[in-house]
Amino acid sequence: MTYIRPKFRHPDLPKNDLGYTTREYEGSLSTLCAGCGHDSISGSILQACFELSIPPHRIAKLSGIGCSSKTPNYFLGNSHGFNSVHGRMPSVATGANMANRDLIYMGVSGDGDTASIGMGQFVHVIRRNLNMVYIVMNNGCYGLTKGQDSATADAGSKSKAGSVNPFQPIDLAGLALELGASFVAQSFSGDKEQLVPLIKAAVSHPGFAFINVISPCVTFNNNPGSTKSYDYVREHIEATGKTDLVPEKSEILASYESGTGTEVMLHDGTFIKLEKLAANRDPFNRMDAMNALRNARNRNEILTGLLYIETETEDLHHTINSTDRPLNTLDEADLCPGSAVLAEINEDLR
Amino acid sequence: MKPTDTKNPEYFHKVVDCQYACPAHTPVPEYIRLISAGKYTEAYMINWESNVFPGVLGRTCDRPCEPACRRGRIEEEPVAICRLKRVAADNKDDVRAFMPGVPSEMNGKRIALIGGGPASLTVARDLAPLGYEIHLYDEHAAGGGMMRSQIPSFRLPDDVLNEEVGYILDMGIHTHFNTYVSSMNEILEKGYDAVFVGTGAPRGRDLVLPGREEAGKNVHVGIEWLASVAFEHTHKIGKKVIVLGGGNTAMDCCRTSRRLGGEEVKVVVRSPFAEMKASPWEIEDAMHEDIPILENHVPKTYVIENGKLVGMTFEKVKAVYDEHGKRTLVPSGEPEVFIEADDVLVAVGQQNSFPWIEKDTGVDFDQWGMPLVDALTHQSTNQRVFFGGDAAFGPKNVITAVAHGHQAAISIDLHCSGEALTARPAPFTNLVSKKMGIHEWSYDNDVVNDQRFIVPQAEKKAALSDRKLEVELGFDIQTAIKEAHRCLNCDVQTVFEKDKCIECDACVDICPTACITFTLNGEEDDLRTRLKAPALNITQDLYVSDTLPTQRVMVKDEDVCLHCGLCAERCPTSAWDMQQYLYKVTKAG
Repeated sequence: MTYIRPKFRHPDLPKNDLGYTTREYEGSLSTLCAGCGHDSISGSILQACFELSIPPHRIAKLSGIGCSSKTPNYFLGNSHGFNSVHGRMPSVATGANMANRDLIYMGVSGDGDTASIGMGQFVHVIRRNLNMVYIVMNNGCYGLTKGQDSATADAGSKSKAGSVNPFQPIDLAGLALELGASFVAQSFSGDKEQLVPLIKAAVSHPGFAFINVISPCVTFNNNPGSTKSYDYVREHIEATGKTDLVPEKSEILASYESGTGTEVMLHDGTFIKLEKLAANRDPFNRMDAMNALRNARNRNEILTGLLYIETETEDLHHTINSTDRPLNTLDEADLCPGSAVLAEINEDLR
Repeated sequence: MKPTDTKNPEYFHKVVDCQYACPAHTPVPEYIRLISAGKYTEAYMINWESNVFPGVLGRTCDRPCEPACRRGRIEEEPVAICRLKRVAADNKDDVRAFMPGVPSEMNGKRIALIGGGPASLTVARDLAPLGYEIHLYDEHAAGGGMMRSQIPSFRLPDDVLNEEVGYILDMGIHTHFNTYVSSMNEILEKGYDAVFVGTGAPRGRDLVLPGREEAGKNVHVGIEWLASVAFEHTHKIGKKVIVLGGGNTAMDCCRTSRRLGGEEVKVVVRSPFAEMKASPWEIEDAMHEDIPILENHVPKTYVIENGKLVGMTFEKVKAVYDEHGKRTLVPSGEPEVFIEADDVLVAVGQQNSFPWIEKDTGVDFDQWGMPLVDALTHQSTNQRVFFGGDAAFGPKNVITAVAHGHQAAISIDLHCSGEALTARPAPFTNLVSKKMGIHEWSYDNDVVNDQRFIVPQAEKKAALSDRKLEVELGFDIQTAIKEAHRCLNCDVQTVFEKDKCIECDACVDICPTACITFTLNGEEDDLRTRLKAPALNITQDLYVSDTLPTQRVMVKDEDVCLHCGLCAERCPTSAWDMQQYLYKVTKAG
């Protein structure tokens, strides 16, 4: 097994606005199984950050425990990282975000880390609308402990050993919609053309952005009868439309016929462009998104793409009215303004 | 694009850049791997089978392989292929047991070889083991041709040359040395079944300028002078020497002059320095021996005082290029330059010359005096007469002459068997997996970061005082093995099996040099722009698969593939496999 990636790169690699190539966004060589969907998602995160020209030191990667949570080691090697306790990534992310609101928070979790041990944390971070990207690498099984069914495995899905899962799955995207998440998307690790723009949109979204990514476990859950195998997902995928992110400075040109596309302007002036939307889909209507997801499930199909977005959203800092400056930049003078200010406050309370 | 036909023997051959660029198509990565495994004899024999003179070429080859080396496209310098070949030659055991034997029963056919250089010797090497009776004619006292007469001993020691010429002459070749063939008709009358002409480009051009006649014996034609030094007729030269010309012969002339008493030796070239024809390493070696190279000087006159040559005058010029890049040298307007000289060596080119081939031999010549020779079969307009080496298509180099020799031998064999010369044998190819385990390969797939190692040289003072002391010392074993590890093993091919691919993208993500892309098919020009990194090097092919279930195709740009095997290691279904491709040019018989 080769653990060292050769140092040579293609001499004509494209460069982003910072003059960086994808090399500056790479991590160490993956030790996951060959062909793991998670590696493709890592590749998509890397590509999205490269295309957005984010300086790597402006990103903090956070994860819990599991195959999925190992992946932050394999991308963005020049960024901050925190590999936390099983299921507790949201609390660590919340704490970090509270202390330094200037970083971009990229949470990576798995179906076990989110839908089982971390369920409590997951629902509360949605409720609080923490400004972060939350990606679930969802393979429907516990790959790290040899492939037992996880809480997202579909009822009737067959394991590699042949046993059929009798339990109903937790639909993470549906749950996120139900709990009021302001950005909900679903995708497939094997479809980078869809996933990369979704991650870019999620990073640009000023609140909690959730992406549930079906990611086949090539070792334990890629067998006939599994509903999370490469073949099954490809056969049952249904896209809501094509998403693209247009950076702030680019001029929007009407490059598609009116009526087939929608533009969503974000607070920083970037646009999310939704093209070729499926008939009767409204990404700004939560009820519509929930129905569409449900209907697709009833047809045994997996609805992918941007399911729902709320552009006028208020993140946790806004809700609790915290200071605009990151806490870690506040010095003693800011935090202890002195007796005159105290006297003023006391006067107000009289 | 249509799916790539990897069954075409040339597809994977082209990926092995060094081997593809080599006129004799020596399997370079294969012998480099053997060197790093310490198997010098095996490495030597692979070379010998293909290029006949590994020891000679390991010192003197023009190395068309090195500019082609993929390593030169991912970092600064290619692998030192040529000097690794020398390592195999220097460290091999006795190889006589591996040489092909000569049958005790000859086949009754007689072949004449005119000229004893690399082309003729290659024909002899290929045909003698098949039972041909070979007669080799050369005007000099020993075989080797220009390898002996024009390459100085400090670059190619006599014993190295003698050994490799000897391997061939020992195959029962009938040698006729010190025999200048002055009539083709006489040879043809002797009833040989075929005649091979490998007489090289034996005539050096003189430079006739005012004063040339008076300068007389102090002006020498470069290759003739080198031959006269090699055969020990000339032992010294004046203290001040001008060498005219910018090719490798000029470099050999100036360095030889330094060893025969030349103290102030100058090379003077008409063109700008950057456009000199000599190999960069030969120019470097000359300059290392304190030989200045003066560019943009056009020779005007030989200056004679009291009936004796005292120097030359030159006009200074500058190069001007028109919109097609065509160069003209225009006077710069600066005053004429006078350079002192006791002797002048003229190395401004050499020509073919066939005064000995009569008009009625059936061998036709073109308007420039070159024989009409078929580029593939090397047959002339007389079906019995074949040409190879510099004699066939003008001055090239040793490795090209060897390649010609192999092809001419095939033609002669077919001719003598009464078969069509166009019915040439297909190359030998073999493609075999290097897989040992899930993540293990039976080749060293780690890509090392070392820069090219430098070959040590003999101390300058000692080298300049002894014409026969070899300047380059060759790599020591440790350095050789390190240099060998720089080879990327381009012959271990990335072979893609479309039906096994599940399109998980693992190969795309892992490839360090962004070679692999899965995308919708298109025309080549369009496809080249849509890859993960643009495929700008159009001399390198795209490897395209048939359409996959998602309607995309796999496209691999061969340009900067490191052959590290990571794509195959990360492939869950072995749709990618690393397979060693061996390609050998089939020889006569």
